[in-house]
Amino acid sequence: MPNIPPAGLPSSHEQPAAPVPVKRKSWLAKELWHIRRNRELILLALPGVLFKLIIAYLPMVGLILAFKYFRYDQGIFGSKWVGFDNFEFLFKAQDAFRIIRNTLLYNFTYILLTMAVSLLMALLLNELTSKLIKVYQTTLFLPYFISMVLVGYIGNAFLDFQNGYLNTILELFGQKGHNWYLETTPWIFILPLVALWKGVGFSTLVYFAGITGISTDYYEAARLDGASRVQMMTRITLPLLKPLVIILFILGLGNIFRGDFGLHYFVPNNVGPNFPTTDIIDTYVYRALTKLGDINSAAAVGFLQSVVGLVTVVTANLIVRRIDKDNALF
Amino acid sequence: MKIKIADIVINLYFLIVCLLIAMPFVLVIAISLSSENSLHQFGYQFLPKEWSLEAYRIVFEKPEPLLRGYGVTIAITVIGTVLSLFMTALMAYPISRSDFRYQRPLTFYVFFTMLFNGGLIPFYILMTQYLHLKNTLAALIIPAVMSPFNIMIMKGFLDKISREIIESAKVDGAKEYRIFFIIILPLSTPALATLGLFIAFGYWNEWFNALLFIDNDKYVPLQLLLVRILSQAEFLANSPMAEVADKLKFAQFPTLTVRMAMAIVASGPMLVIFPFFQKYFVKGLTVGSLKG
Repeated sequence: MPNIPPAGLPSSHEQPAAPVPVKRKSWLAKELWHIRRNRELILLALPGVLFKLIIAYLPMVGLILAFKYFRYDQGIFGSKWVGFDNFEFLFKAQDAFRIIRNTLLYNFTYILLTMAVSLLMALLLNELTSKLIKVYQTTLFLPYFISMVLVGYIGNAFLDFQNGYLNTILELFGQKGHNWYLETTPWIFILPLVALWKGVGFSTLVYFAGITGISTDYYEAARLDGASRVQMMTRITLPLLKPLVIILFILGLGNIFRGDFGLHYFVPNNVGPNFPTTDIIDTYVYRALTKLGDINSAAAVGFLQSVVGLVTVVTANLIVRRIDKDNALF
Repeated sequence: MKIKIADIVINLYFLIVCLLIAMPFVLVIAISLSSENSLHQFGYQFLPKEWSLEAYRIVFEKPEPLLRGYGVTIAITVIGTVLSLFMTALMAYPISRSDFRYQRPLTFYVFFTMLFNGGLIPFYILMTQYLHLKNTLAALIIPAVMSPFNIMIMKGFLDKISREIIESAKVDGAKEYRIFFIIILPLSTPALATLGLFIAFGYWNEWFNALLFIDNDKYVPLQLLLVRILSQAEFLANSPMAEVADKLKFAQFPTLTVRMAMAIVASGPMLVIFPFFQKYFVKGLTVGSLKG
């Protein structure tokens, strides 16, 4: 910029200058004035902003690793630029297809299964008037309170080859016991079942809270008009619950590329033979990072996960906005 | 009378569902209370064929790893919850003020991290290579300190605090940080309590960051301790030497029952305590709407 202020003038941003930059400077001056006026609130937000910058925004810069040949001694910026080489494995190795397919199919199954079952449970729970509701709620909610590690223990109690309860039952009926951890097909059913068991209580309670939030006026009016309980359920409760269902569905879809690492790591026990039906992007990336794995392929698939994840949630939200603006998340 | 029948059917349905949900817990408890021999003979049973407290005796005989696990877990839960609550409220307050000029960009700044992130590998490299947090308690606390989800819930709550209170404090010449500490924090005790429960629960069950960042025995929280026990046992059971190992190891040492007893001692207490706060977990979801 050749526009150097003449010597002698204080070189602050607020000084009046030549006609052309006036607009910019005055904008800057205005903004500075605003900043000064809001400085106390800015100061309060500052620690959080810096914290987020380091913990959440810096790793986003690290996404460029997907285009580099990473070496620990060279760091993120020092490592060699390799363009799209890391993405080649997506088209070559069957791993890539497998983990992406598994992540998407499992997540979609979890979302739909949990949603359908817990919606039904919430509707039925709402029909009850007894004090037993509390007992049911607590029992349904119980699995939510344990960690996936413990779920792994519980899974083991059922699936262990020698002592597992499932094999005990099978043998009772004269069937041969399965070595579940070394097989592939059973996991297609086991994993959604475990996911449902763990998550159903929480989402039932979310929907139930949504139902209890509906004004009783609607039901009073319907009762006066002689509506039956089923009619009230389908004509009042369900339509009024729609926004909640849609929002939770979008949230789920937006995260469809983020697998449940704990579920897919502890329950199938991280055993190679069942990878074809249990391995997801998250477990693959974790193994690449901690065990002897291909960290560059993992960076590439991680990049895909982040970017496609953003695209899916924004798209899903856009679609909902089109249909009904009030239900959109943002 | 029709309604009565429907009631009975629905109650019956829930009874069965609850039974199915609770069954796995019963099985684990039953295993821990069985004698090792009966397990080898009959497999895992819901009703122990031979009752025994041997497993618990062994767990409590050498309680050091368990005690250390409890110590680490309690430490990260307490420090993490306090720090997290403070940072969450601190961030939520400015973005809840509609008269704050930068409210919208800052809300987006927080909300965006909910939609997009760098993923595991950049995060791992940042934590280990740049911040050098491997094998520290901080590695277990820092990642969860500012969840955007919690900030948005807190913002939703603060949005409902009446503007007049803040305005009148400002007329009296109070500075923003004073308003935050003297007025906002005390007023948001209900929200803080609910969120705190959520956060504490998260820290208590934390295993992911431990799995990533901890390999020093000193900082192993309870959940990681359980991971280690499980993977050790699985290694034995699934190795080609399984049968030999089975005869050698399991015959002498009651691993099956001890494993389950360990799991119960490590997670039992919280499983008893948390359900009492159940209604706050639901409240947490309704305290603030998610909309930004």
